[in-house]
Amino acid sequence: MNAVVKGLTGLRDWIDQRFPLTEFWESQLTGYYAPKNFNFWYFFGVLSLLVFVIQIVSGIWLVMSYKPDAERAFASVEYIMRDVEWGWLLRYLHSTGASAFFIVIYLHMFRALMYGSYKKPRELLWIFGMFVYLALMAEAFFGYLLPWGQMSYWGAQVIISLFGAVPFVGEQLAEWIRGDYVVSDVTLNRFFAFHVIALPLVLCGLVVLHLVALRQTGSNNPEGIEIKASKGPDGKPLDGIPFHPYYTVKDLVGVILFLMAFSAVVFYAPELGGRFLEYNNFVPANPMVTPAHIEPVWYFTPFYAILRAVPNKLFGVILMGAAVVLFFFLPWLDRSKVKSIRYRGVRYRFALTVFVISFLVLGFLGMQPVTTVYTWMARVFSVIYFAFFLLMPLYTSNDNDRPVPARIGTR
Amino acid sequence: MKRTLATLCLLFGAVGAWGAEGTIPLEKAHSSIDDPASLQRGARIFVNYCLSCHAASYMRYNRMAKDLHLTEEMVQDNLMFTTDKIVDTMQVAMRSTDALKWFGVAPPDLSVIARARGTDWLYSFLLGFYADPARPNGVNNLVFKDTAMPHVLVGLQGIQQPVYRTEQDQFGEQKKVIERLELMSSGQLTEADYRRTVRDLVNFLHYVGEPAKLQRLALGKWVLLYLFVLLLVAYRLKAEYWKDVH
Repeated sequence: MNAVVKGLTGLRDWIDQRFPLTEFWESQLTGYYAPKNFNFWYFFGVLSLLVFVIQIVSGIWLVMSYKPDAERAFASVEYIMRDVEWGWLLRYLHSTGASAFFIVIYLHMFRALMYGSYKKPRELLWIFGMFVYLALMAEAFFGYLLPWGQMSYWGAQVIISLFGAVPFVGEQLAEWIRGDYVVSDVTLNRFFAFHVIALPLVLCGLVVLHLVALRQTGSNNPEGIEIKASKGPDGKPLDGIPFHPYYTVKDLVGVILFLMAFSAVVFYAPELGGRFLEYNNFVPANPMVTPAHIEPVWYFTPFYAILRAVPNKLFGVILMGAAVVLFFFLPWLDRSKVKSIRYRGVRYRFALTVFVISFLVLGFLGMQPVTTVYTWMARVFSVIYFAFFLLMPLYTSNDNDRPVPARIGTR
Repeated sequence: MKRTLATLCLLFGAVGAWGAEGTIPLEKAHSSIDDPASLQRGARIFVNYCLSCHAASYMRYNRMAKDLHLTEEMVQDNLMFTTDKIVDTMQVAMRSTDALKWFGVAPPDLSVIARARGTDWLYSFLLGFYADPARPNGVNNLVFKDTAMPHVLVGLQGIQQPVYRTEQDQFGEQKKVIERLELMSSGQLTEADYRRTVRDLVNFLHYVGEPAKLQRLALGKWVLLYLFVLLLVAYRLKAEYWKDVH
């Protein structure tokens, strides 16, 4: 036994002389102090990372049997579902993972809105996170074409045709993206390349930047109190605890709870009522037959509703883009000195509540066929959506915020 | 935080209830894949009545034999007409060019039709044929208007005719709408037996749509049980470490 310990210690020392292993472990985990008061909402960061790993691993195995070929793509997915050992599990992990990714990211972003995690000094952390979100949307869009069902095909057709709204070069631009006059085998091949190589690489890089920025500023917390402002004589934050072991064991509980919900979907409801796997996507892509009702997957529907709410195509596309881009400016739109919603005034609380409602309602409207009533509802809720951002400098600068205590747990 | 969660749940609930409106009323098939005898009967109907025009080209005979508790010999002797290789998929002898000529449309592959259309739709479709002299095949369908498919199961069901009632549309005009279908001349089966037969067939198509469903339903509970045990251990571990955090 003693010899084994000695051997392992020797190996560690051998590595440490050549590579900062112990230093890395200490700086990232045992010596990284996190606020002691994380709640439920703080699980979604680690869960995003977990889903990312699930997507990468299941994706690698799917690529082993998937054929990026317009003639064979649909059949190869069914081949995976039937003839590849555990192929059905890989495919459902990946399809459920796609939706789960957006669920955890949206909740992660909502957490930031609640506790002001985007505010100084975490502006860059927030911006890197937003780039992760953008890359994720692109990744999901490219991936959705690959099963080559009717929704894959026509969804891609609709989204790419949006680029046609760009003045002067629109049509050429759309054609350049497709590589063809319509969505075709060429499009499928390039989307495959983006989905399995380009965007995963970009995502990996952005996730690293996001984590490095997090290590620099330290985590925010539900109280919105900077723990680095109150340090003990040893230089450690008084309200902080080492990330490892405290948050590794706590996150493990969250991870298992998440995996239970995730597995329940994978094993008992992988289509989730047509929301995670759309029924129409079990019909092979047919360029000659346009489905009566084309809708994107649920995670894009709020933006799709905004697009359809605007009568002018170009203006609709601009507003849809703005609906995403505005998030980048939150750190500067928000004029309040207070981070957490626990100490913020009634105006921000009201604005955030109404914003969440409008996001959900727009998400619902984006799934529905166009009717006059729905279009007008989409317009009203789009106005509310944009008002949340554009009026923010006004309603946050004179809100009746409450004083924030200096230490956690003294409220 | 609990309040926020409760509000979110309420919101999602409200949106869900709202979304439920406006669907076409279909007959409920109550389809299930956990009755092997029903799946076997459905397989027999499928190969005898459907497979002459519709392929199920992702479904292998030997996979079906295994999942439906049949021996490969039983499948080879009773259920295979278009091939003699048990590892083959369910292909159709008819050329698609011929099909296009005869029906005006190539009959779709039925491998994943239950996933695309839903089992209730298939059930209602197969119950919904009625006599319509205006159509080339002499029949029309309640849920798939002007379908190109002839009523293949007419020998079993018999011929139905529509019973109309008049209704006022939104412009105040009188309109004839089909209220229900009634049997004009009966087939080999009673109505109840025909419904049972169609349900067997729908169950089989449900299975064909996703053979792995048998596996995933069987495996799911063990995965959840494992995670639950792991959760208890992890929770105890967390509680132990966090004792000294105040």
